[in-house]
Amino acid sequence: MTPRKVYLDNSATTQVDRKVLEAMLPYFSEEYGNPNSLHAWGREARKGVDNARSQVAQLIGAEPKEVIFTGGGSEADNLAIKGAAWALKDKGKHIITSSIEHHALLDTVKWLGKNGYDYTVLPVDETGMADPKELEAAIRPDTILTSIMYANNEIGTIEPVAELGEVCRRHGVLFHTDGVQATGHIKIDVKELPIDMMTMAAHKMYGPKGVGALYVRKGIKLIPVIHGGGQEFGVRSGTENTPGLIGFGMAAELAANRLASGEIDNEIRLRDRLIGGLTERIPEITLTGHRTKRLPYHASICVKYVEGEGMLLLMDAAGIGVSSGSACTSGSLEPSYVLLALGLDHPTAHGSVRMTLSKDTNDEDIDYVLEKFPPIVEKLRSLSPFYKKNQ
Amino acid sequence: MYSEKVVDYFMNPRNAGKLEDANAIGEVGNPKCGDVMKIYLKINDKEIIEDIKFETFGCAAAIATSSMITEMVKGKTITEALSINNKDVAEALGGLPPAKLHCSLLAQEGIEAAVADYFIRKTGRAPEGFRPAHSTCTACGGSCGGGAAVQAQEEEEEKFVSEDHRVAE
Repeated sequence: MTPRKVYLDNSATTQVDRKVLEAMLPYFSEEYGNPNSLHAWGREARKGVDNARSQVAQLIGAEPKEVIFTGGGSEADNLAIKGAAWALKDKGKHIITSSIEHHALLDTVKWLGKNGYDYTVLPVDETGMADPKELEAAIRPDTILTSIMYANNEIGTIEPVAELGEVCRRHGVLFHTDGVQATGHIKIDVKELPIDMMTMAAHKMYGPKGVGALYVRKGIKLIPVIHGGGQEFGVRSGTENTPGLIGFGMAAELAANRLASGEIDNEIRLRDRLIGGLTERIPEITLTGHRTKRLPYHASICVKYVEGEGMLLLMDAAGIGVSSGSACTSGSLEPSYVLLALGLDHPTAHGSVRMTLSKDTNDEDIDYVLEKFPPIVEKLRSLSPFYKKNQ
Repeated sequence: MYSEKVVDYFMNPRNAGKLEDANAIGEVGNPKCGDVMKIYLKINDKEIIEDIKFETFGCAAAIATSSMITEMVKGKTITEALSINNKDVAEALGGLPPAKLHCSLLAQEGIEAAVADYFIRKTGRAPEGFRPAHSTCTACGGSCGGGAAVQAQEEEEEKFVSEDHRVAE
């Protein structure tokens, strides 16, 4: 019998769905034309790209023309922030974001801050939630753009984007949200929500890596980050990554089907089994992020008295793939800024473990983790000088 | 990322735990930085380290270096033990990733702190040149306490050189 392997790092990336792969394959060596060419080869490729755009648009209730394909989520974040900031530079130079954004967002905003713009970083509460009232208080006459993520990658908290977007709309401020972790996993309808721009990434929803998209509400002007042949409505030049886009399209269609079928409820059940089971079996652990307003596949905890990397490696040796926001896994001595933003102390934040389920995770996988994880914690705690002090 | 030896010494730590009849204890590091090492020594009349144990809160490298240094100094005289430096520990482990070299320094300092404690208990004061336990946190270069390291970090941000490997999104 081969030992069980349980991959619980789906916030990092997901396995490409077989149907996605099958949809992509012909576009490498059969339908290989450049979608910008007028001949039959080009037209076939264009058809595929157009279809993919419709599939992605449908997932979030957008019009196909409102979807700009990019080379991934980070690029989409950069395009949204720099593109809007440059386009609106005569209107104002103030940007608002939150303290728990992805680096693709935070570092972009900070870079603009060093290049003539000004920004405010909103704090979050102990569950990682941004406060619409604080957002409103931070808006100034020269505020042009707010960016607050849909859901956080490290702690799974789903932000109150409807309220946050509403505040922005009232004040005539553009609202962008990084939807990388949320798209395809929870129902999002941009027709119903006051979202002006939203970042998406294919590889977080069983699609290929290096493919993303930015939803841009009709009428919003962006200055391109990549200039060239004028592809993607002139906003993102470069010959389309046809197989990648086809894969993204299929992944979006499959995600839409899953969301409609209620399959997600089972993921929530397994997530809660995992959180509940670990809490029962391991003393002194805390869930990070919001208990209920969290991504269906996301379980993140802090284990007291031990450091995350050791747990990660011992879990790996047991065939379980997880991640950690401890300093040692980041190559610095600071634990994750997201965990610190929640108000956690350093030693607690060093003991973080994130487990993110996939659509294929099952009860046996959860049983296996519940069996393997507690002794690993026990082993590391027996080495820890802090643990015994607290006995 | 880690050598086989590091993984082995982490997975199967040698001399782990508390030493009930220790006559010298050294504790170094800072929980804020994610590394704390506690070394228990039993030193006999001939100043030979008869027994040694460690307790470590920290990453795999911190546990492996603690584990390795306890093996290296066991049975040695105090003088011999103090001559073992962090490079020796890193070498004995088949090397450490650059970001983890501070762990081997922590191991060396753990021994130094424990030996200092031995002399403090025996003579009432630490010998010349010895650092008492808790006096420094070289592991993080002082970043836990602010100062120069924080400034350096800010400067690094300024240059936008991003060498760290952040947790995958």
